[in-house]
Amino acid sequence: MNGWLSPGAAEALALSLKVSVWATLASLPVGVLCAVALARWRFPGRQVLNLLVHLPLVLPPVVTGYLLLVSFGTRGPVGAALAEIGVVFAFRWTGAALAAAIMAFPLMVRAIRLSLDAVDPGLEAAAATLGASRPWVFATVTLPLILPGVLTGAVLAFAKAMGEFGATITFVSNIPGETQTLPTAIYAFLQVPGAEGDALVLVSLSVAVAMAALMLSEWLSGRVASWVAGR
Amino acid sequence: MSLSVRLAHRAGDFTLDAAFRAPAGVTVLFGRSGSGKTTIVNAVAGLMRPDAGRVAMGDRVLLDTARGLCLPPHRRGMGTVFQDGRLFPHLTVRQNLGYGRWFAGGSAGTGTGRVVEMLGLGPLLDRRPGALSGGEKQRVAIGRALLARPRMILADEPLSSLDEARKAEILPYFERLRDEGVVPILYVSHAPAEVARLATTVVALDRGRVVAQGSAADVLGDASVAPAGVRGLGALLEARVLRHHDDGLTELDAGGLALFLPRVALSPGRVIRVRIAAQEVILSRDPPSGLSALNILPGHVQAIRAGDGPGVLVTVDTRAGRVLARVTRRSAERLGLTVGRPCHAIVKTLAIAPQDVGA
Repeated sequence: MNGWLSPGAAEALALSLKVSVWATLASLPVGVLCAVALARWRFPGRQVLNLLVHLPLVLPPVVTGYLLLVSFGTRGPVGAALAEIGVVFAFRWTGAALAAAIMAFPLMVRAIRLSLDAVDPGLEAAAATLGASRPWVFATVTLPLILPGVLTGAVLAFAKAMGEFGATITFVSNIPGETQTLPTAIYAFLQVPGAEGDALVLVSLSVAVAMAALMLSEWLSGRVASWVAGR
Repeated sequence: MSLSVRLAHRAGDFTLDAAFRAPAGVTVLFGRSGSGKTTIVNAVAGLMRPDAGRVAMGDRVLLDTARGLCLPPHRRGMGTVFQDGRLFPHLTVRQNLGYGRWFAGGSAGTGTGRVVEMLGLGPLLDRRPGALSGGEKQRVAIGRALLARPRMILADEPLSSLDEARKAEILPYFERLRDEGVVPILYVSHAPAEVARLATTVVALDRGRVVAQGSAADVLGDASVAPAGVRGLGALLEARVLRHHDDGLTELDAGGLALFLPRVALSPGRVIRVRIAAQEVILSRDPPSGLSALNILPGHVQAIRAGDGPGVLVTVDTRAGRVLARVTRRSAERLGLTVGRPCHAIVKTLAIAPQDVGA
């Protein structure tokens, strides 16, 4: 790696990107489904789902991380079952991705839901009278029209995942090369006397990545919005 | 194949209780806003489930609440043209046109050429809906509905968001659809001129009930039915184009009586419909002389109907057909008009607007 980036810092950056990309991509379909369910469907338990989705936003991250550890840990009910089929979250980078995804989920769902509310139901009705069944209406009309919101939600989730600290460190600890992301690495450097320089490099990286993500999102959603608006 | 509709629905303090048949041609649901027209169209399209009712297209049942049957909109084959167009903003005109055809199982190009040519959509194909005018949008919406190969076209006030010039641009396309017998059309309107030009059958609605149904001439000429208010009343005459005169007038033959209209762009021999608004008709007991009006239709008083206001509605039976005249009660008394008396209906040529004349 470059001279100014210590191997540890480079590793943390690469891991952070990997964790955040996976967290975003894997939760996106679930996020769209949740947003559709909350915005459009009427079913018993809708309020409960709404509460669950938003819980990570208001719970202390340490609590979320602890709950993840209890349920997805190797001895937790979910973790033990998943371990049978070879999927392990505890103290792995996959666990960091899970923690980041759950913490970022409310932001993602809210962004998608806002764009769903803005879709004219009349367009969906028109598609139905033209012969499109409900799944087809969703795929050919609703989904393209909410694309700007989906992108915004994805970028927000990515940025949130890049910065996730509390739940991650509680759930998967801070293992260099496996679960040490940018924020936990910064925290680790700050605990060591004389490592402020390394911490500063990572802080600058965090700022740069966050700014880049925001700019990309602005540009993308601008492009997509004008495409969707039919101009 | 005809559409039969029987619906009962309550929403708040609005009650719909209507039954009618829509045979081939254009059936116009005619009534003021709040009369239940759009509710009926939505129930036929499958976008709304009524409390009770039955809707069938020929022997294909689309809705039968008694049997718990309610086909979803995509299986009804009711190509709908909405008031606001509802083109898909993220698709080009070409893709919008192809949308329904694709679900109908048509391969690219099936019938598209004919529809594109008929509606004049060629120059628009690669544009996006955002770059179309209101009239262009409605033309695309009509094409899109047609290409879905519907069993029927539902048109819910397709012209009401357009100005007069755009209306005049779109109406001929519906006339063409009617005359070529492409597909039956259920057309919602509150504009008497549209009804007069388009309707094969008129179903007049008032507060959720059918108050009259029948041919356009019968319903529009019926003084007891005024779904658009007394100012919207007017009779419908059928006339054949005789010749065009050099001074900008067109002479027509209406049951042996001459009728002069501002120039109509149709060749001699064509039969057209002319709506004569009741407001514009003057009555005279004796054959008038020294009068500027060109159209004088002799006949007999068939009915006189008085309302609450100062006006009465006089139905005059002439050889050209029934003509409605809205005159003051005072004039009617002064002329001594009673049923059976001869009288003359007088119509200024220039009082017949182009939108009152249809092919």
